[in-house]
Amino acid sequence: MKIMNCPLNGPRNISEFVWGGDIKPMPDPATCSDRQWTDHLFIEDNIAGIVHEWWLHAPTNFWFVARRNTITDEILETMTVDRFFQQTAAGPAGEPA
Amino acid sequence: MPLALLKYGLSSKHREDPHFRWAPELKKSYDVVIVGAGGHGLATAYYLAAHHGITNVCVLEKGYLAGGNTARNTTIVRANYLTPEGVAFYKESVELFRGLSLELDINIMYSERGHFTLAHTDAAMRTARWRAEVNKHLGVDSELIYPDDIARLCPTMNMSDEVRYPILGALYHPPGAIARHDAVAWGYARQAMRRGVEVHPQTEVTDVLIENGRAVGVETSRGTIHAGKVVQAVAGSSSLMARKAGFRLPIRTIPLQACVSEPVKPILDQIVVSGSLHVYISQSARGEMVMGGATDPYGLYSTRSTLDFKEGLMGHMLELFPFMAELRVLRQWAGMADMTPDFSPVMGLTPVENYYIDAGWGTWGFKATPVCGKRMAECVATGTQPGLLRPFALDRFDRFDLVGEKGAASVGH
Repeated sequence: MKIMNCPLNGPRNISEFVWGGDIKPMPDPATCSDRQWTDHLFIEDNIAGIVHEWWLHAPTNFWFVARRNTITDEILETMTVDRFFQQTAAGPAGEPA
Repeated sequence: MPLALLKYGLSSKHREDPHFRWAPELKKSYDVVIVGAGGHGLATAYYLAAHHGITNVCVLEKGYLAGGNTARNTTIVRANYLTPEGVAFYKESVELFRGLSLELDINIMYSERGHFTLAHTDAAMRTARWRAEVNKHLGVDSELIYPDDIARLCPTMNMSDEVRYPILGALYHPPGAIARHDAVAWGYARQAMRRGVEVHPQTEVTDVLIENGRAVGVETSRGTIHAGKVVQAVAGSSSLMARKAGFRLPIRTIPLQACVSEPVKPILDQIVVSGSLHVYISQSARGEMVMGGATDPYGLYSTRSTLDFKEGLMGHMLELFPFMAELRVLRQWAGMADMTPDFSPVMGLTPVENYYIDAGWGTWGFKATPVCGKRMAECVATGTQPGLLRPFALDRFDRFDLVGEKGAASVGH
């Protein structure tokens, strides 16, 4: 069984986790165009390489961020949401570093 | 007969008509360049040549002929979808599949087995009834059946109540079939090549040449090729290829795993699927049990297998077919599936002029090979989206006009 390190609970079986997809900036729903909004909802970068993703530890309902290689399936790093956004200069609306 | 065979064997004059006629060199330009020599790309090339007289076509493939998802699917053909758009599309595919051995002059071993989608809950029974009614309305043979009939039609299935999820009923689809997936691709390739289409394996497309918003050619590992039109049919790498053409897709790439058992004598005539248990099974002409389940729980560009998948699959499989406990797994693999948010494909026109896309074949691509090839060829030849493909256009996402096919995918995703 593949092991993932949850920032709150420590190493756990990957089956305890739920994948939440890429971290991407959300446009302002009040001011963005319909096109920007549908892009945000449906369109994916779907990068082959290293990505920052949302993950959920389902038993404790704890969301966090993982840095993962989508070609080798290596989990390079997991971090709390706070720490991720501290690292990301542009804040919640910016692209991940 | 034995003498004729001996004579043929000793003669040096056989194989006058090779299966494939490979062109040694790439030309500088083609009317149509198709990226991806899988079933879909080859079928598109064939129908362009056979139906539209467009023969100055080349199909480029970074690996070998039909070595991607065409070689990795579980060969099931059916039309029992949920949405009217999906049912109409796959209905045409089943009709084309039925005549394909004759049309392509190759035995694709098309074998109609009857397809069961088992229901273990009241909700699944309701969906099965819904699908049966939509199917019947559009002329597709499907009906809701109950445990007595299931036990009669498929005697090897465990119909006991002493299981975690007893079977309440099933959507029964008699035209459900299996076919030889390689033969489908080879047949299309051979017939396309006979009509002048060139197929170039080991030729990777590294970039798409765009001028003023129009696709004018491709950059390959063997040099630049100019093209009147470019068609992308690269399941599993669709997002990466589209990015080269300058746009993004509503697709996540997620592995879909499958496995086969060692071959045994015929014991399972039907195709059995359970969306609730996330399993499906059929027996191949060689006697192998061909099995699969849901897609992996997260995105990955990889075709590796995992133990988790087999444990999950077998746990439920043994409940349906206890005799399977005696069988050993012979091979296992994964394909990279293009998953869209509405579980429907993306076909036809793109934001780039003269650039056409065939993508989004999450877990349902093989069964669409003939109809997709035929209609993509029509789309490329006429430059307009054919009626049957209109619901599957890429711009449906901008219009919030999704084709919600999730309830009809044979295995829950």
